[in-house]
Amino acid sequence: METLRDWLARPTATMLVILVGLVAVFSALEPEAFPTMVNLRGTLADAAILLVLAVGATFVIITAGVDLSVGSVLVFSSVLGAKVMDRLGNAGAGAIVGGLIVSVAAGGAWGLVNGALVAKAKVPPFVVTLGTLGAAYGLSLVISGGLDVRSVPKGLVEFGNGRVLGIPNIALIAGTIALVAGAVLALTVFGRWTYAIGSNEESARRAGIAVDRQFIGVYVLAGSMAGLGGFLSLARFGTTTIAGNTTTNLQVITAVVIGGTSLFGGKGWILGTTIGVFVPIVLTKGFIITGVQPYWQFVAVGVVLILAVLVDQRRRLKAAGR
Amino acid sequence: MVVSNISPVLSAQALVKSFGQVEALRSVDFDVYPGEVVALMGDNGAGKSTLVKVLAGVHRPDGGSIRVAGREVSFASPVEARDAGIETVYQDLSLADTLDPAANLFLGREIRRRGFLGVLGVLDNKAMRRQAAETFESLNVTVTSVHGEVGNMSGGQRQGIAVSRAVTWARYVLFMDEPTAALGVRQTRNVLDLIRRVRDRGVSVVLISHSVPEVMDVADRVEVLRLGRRVGRFAVAESSAEEIVGAIIGANDEVAS
Repeated sequence: METLRDWLARPTATMLVILVGLVAVFSALEPEAFPTMVNLRGTLADAAILLVLAVGATFVIITAGVDLSVGSVLVFSSVLGAKVMDRLGNAGAGAIVGGLIVSVAAGGAWGLVNGALVAKAKVPPFVVTLGTLGAAYGLSLVISGGLDVRSVPKGLVEFGNGRVLGIPNIALIAGTIALVAGAVLALTVFGRWTYAIGSNEESARRAGIAVDRQFIGVYVLAGSMAGLGGFLSLARFGTTTIAGNTTTNLQVITAVVIGGTSLFGGKGWILGTTIGVFVPIVLTKGFIITGVQPYWQFVAVGVVLILAVLVDQRRRLKAAGR
Repeated sequence: MVVSNISPVLSAQALVKSFGQVEALRSVDFDVYPGEVVALMGDNGAGKSTLVKVLAGVHRPDGGSIRVAGREVSFASPVEARDAGIETVYQDLSLADTLDPAANLFLGREIRRRGFLGVLGVLDNKAMRRQAAETFESLNVTVTSVHGEVGNMSGGQRQGIAVSRAVTWARYVLFMDEPTAALGVRQTRNVLDLIRRVRDRGVSVVLISHSVPEVMDVADRVEVLRLGRRVGRFAVAESSAEEIVGAIIGANDEVAS
């Protein structure tokens, strides 16, 4: 196993220290309001959907790609899911399961489009996903007529706002997904090949790895996660959120990069992404509770993001100077 | 020792390859015998790299035939050449810089856990690290850390890892495209030692090189190409550097034809 020092040298560890530091500072400033169960539950619930999306984005960014379409795909999947559930009677387990399947499949289909264009047509991921960002958003508006769909099964909303042992259900789902995805990335052939194509696509090809299929698989994963995110957002808010996801893609990328995943590809960890998701949310909560104008959150997150990339580049330069 | 009574492990006959108007290979014959180091020499544009790329499955020849261990083959891709027991160490080494040495050694051929976990695609990192360490040891390759990223290692170590990977999978022939071009004196000596150890394991090595002293040092035979043709074959033990240089620059054409 790697030594403790190796681990502490990772950018992930730096961010963990920063996250713990933030929590400590806010707790010291507002000991009555910040370190409470209510605040923790709110933080976990806020983080859940973003985490699901960021898990998928971590795989994409490890391949040296990017997926700008996840916010639009979330909206598209939730609109389609809500419509289907409405058709299925808007109540009962059948409708809910149907909505879940349709949402995830719709997201996966967008991922398939992204992946096929990146892998087979060799269009840069930035351009492909910028295109599908617009297309998925436009189609959501076409399907919904531009109006949010508010008919979500009551049982689903109850589930989406319920909790087990004090932990929000959607946070439990997001946590489980992060755990499984983390294991897939760290322990399986799928994960290894994801790193390999991000590290050196040509050598992966020469080594006999099915590079195109791997790219497609990664984008389908990211799309499916956005689809699931759309379903979870229906469960949480009881409505689609057509206008509410214009910066979701950037929030997701920010979280992944803060978590130590390199935009240059080949490096990244789900644990880091998890920490990266919490940093902006803790900042927001902390600012609100301590009475700082919450808008400062954007400034602070911006600074943290640039610092995170700066640290990564420094490490790369040092490594390149071997 | 130009071998005559042993059949070659790799044999190419009358290979032709053109790129548009350029005839890179004009009916080249090339043989590799078991357990030997063959140096492929020639001036720039002689066709060395093209020949190796055809034999390694990167390019398809326009004409001619290739036999591996007596069996006629036709490679559609480098992967098929590898499956036939031919490995190539590319000049850029083709390593995944952010992965560790063992992951690179088993890139694309990862060992999975036994049983259900293996079906799920779970890697057996322990087995891969153990086998990688054994290979490094038997080839006398040093790596700074089995857990470190290959990108952080020295040129010589990276070369060692790339060669170890090729040796792990090569059954018949290992091609090396200018393996010492970017290395210092000591690292070059290590690579030449490595080539000998590979040969001692029974894998033939074909080495593209521009350095006559290096070739005289490590190779058993030299084949010289010029303008897409083979113009000379030399047993190193019976030849002088002058003869080889002469064939490369074309000073003794009557000998070659």
